[in-house]
Amino acid sequence: MKLNTNGNVYTFCYAAVMVIIVAFLLAFVASALKETQDANVANDTKGQILSALGYDKATIDVAAEYEKNVKDNVFADGELKPYEGSFNTTYGSLIKNGELHVFTATTAQGEQAYVIPVVGRGLWGGLWGYIAVNEAKDKVLGTYFYHESETAGLGARIGEKWFQDQFIGKPIFGEDGNVALTVTKAGAAQSEFEVDGVTGATLTSNGVAAMVKDGLTAYKEFLGAAASEPEAEPVAEPEAEESEETNVEQ
Amino acid sequence: MSKLFSDENKAAFTGPLNVNNPITVQVLGICSALAVTSQLKPAIVMGLSVTVITAFSNVIISLLRKTIPNRIRIIVQLVVVAALVTIVSQLLKAYVYDVSVQLSVYVGLIITNCILMGRLEAFAMQNGPWPSFLDGIGNGLGYAAILVIVGFVRELFGFGTLFGYSVIPESWYVSNGGWYQNNGMMVMPAMSLIIVGCVIWAHRSINKEEK
Repeated sequence: MKLNTNGNVYTFCYAAVMVIIVAFLLAFVASALKETQDANVANDTKGQILSALGYDKATIDVAAEYEKNVKDNVFADGELKPYEGSFNTTYGSLIKNGELHVFTATTAQGEQAYVIPVVGRGLWGGLWGYIAVNEAKDKVLGTYFYHESETAGLGARIGEKWFQDQFIGKPIFGEDGNVALTVTKAGAAQSEFEVDGVTGATLTSNGVAAMVKDGLTAYKEFLGAAASEPEAEPVAEPEAEESEETNVEQ
Repeated sequence: MSKLFSDENKAAFTGPLNVNNPITVQVLGICSALAVTSQLKPAIVMGLSVTVITAFSNVIISLLRKTIPNRIRIIVQLVVVAALVTIVSQLLKAYVYDVSVQLSVYVGLIITNCILMGRLEAFAMQNGPWPSFLDGIGNGLGYAAILVIVGFVRELFGFGTLFGYSVIPESWYVSNGGWYQNNGMMVMPAMSLIIVGCVIWAHRSINKEEK
């Protein structure tokens, strides 16, 4: 029998069957692999925290080093309390709800450090990172940033070591007690608080600047910025809209 | 074996590498040629991913080609491509997590790549699985070749590096008292269109006799 592949009934049946098969397949793959994927994500998150501490996550045994060097704490009522729950891989909503995680850790150089998770928005999607600060809580010891979907070769370069290493040794708070650490245009960094942005990725660089500022501001109480506080905002909504005029990516 | 590599099949493979190149002749996949060519590494990763996905989606569509209702064929093609890319990226995420992090940026770009749809519609809908597979590989590599050329030029002149390694001596730079400066224009997406234009120009003047 020759099928009439142009008939309405055939077309509808074909579409329905195709959708069901594909939906089943995708659901099956997603649920079958979920556990391994989650384990990978958790492991990678630990690797990112270690990266901010100066370890090279590609060459170390991430799980073991994390166990050895890093402790997960929550900052509440003016003090750090050990965190008992299961390891988190995203911190955006936690910070918004006032659950401020702080990792106490030793850096690869053996220094005591606090690692603070930060979240923000780039040009196309989310950004996140971990900032390691020294024991006196006034200088950056290391950073790690990554992104969901920034343009490869442009905005995506915030994930590269040269960009992240620029933050090392930078002071966090300016004289007025606010977060002064920021990202400028590529090659324009002058003061001790400024870090060069990525060429051709102004909006992603601005996103990192906003993320660092908002992220550290949310932890102001923990970091103990001495000076006057205007009013401690909870993480300010990122204001960078996708349609800004200096959009040079893609 | 001789049938597997008949002249026709060979043409399906070698055509897109040169005389029927997807970017310079068919003008497919221009958008991603802008997006990922500011450096060599992403250009190569993108080229290889597109090659693999084009080849396999070509095979699947070619196997289904006689059953696909004509009126919804584009939708069927899109579903096949999207499902394939999603499954592959899920598998990568579970078993080779590092690779999947590297590729995550490209997944969206691969699904919407015009080369995929263009080849499915123009070739796989009329041909058997094996020629379709070769056509997919050929087009993917032809695409990758142009991406690599554009990526090479843009990274060399835009950043002074290749694969992230500096190739321009530090002492040449103005900041170190030299005479050389990286060309910021090269980093801008518009520049890749101009480079693609130059490649098309060169390509057409070489292949003049054959048209």
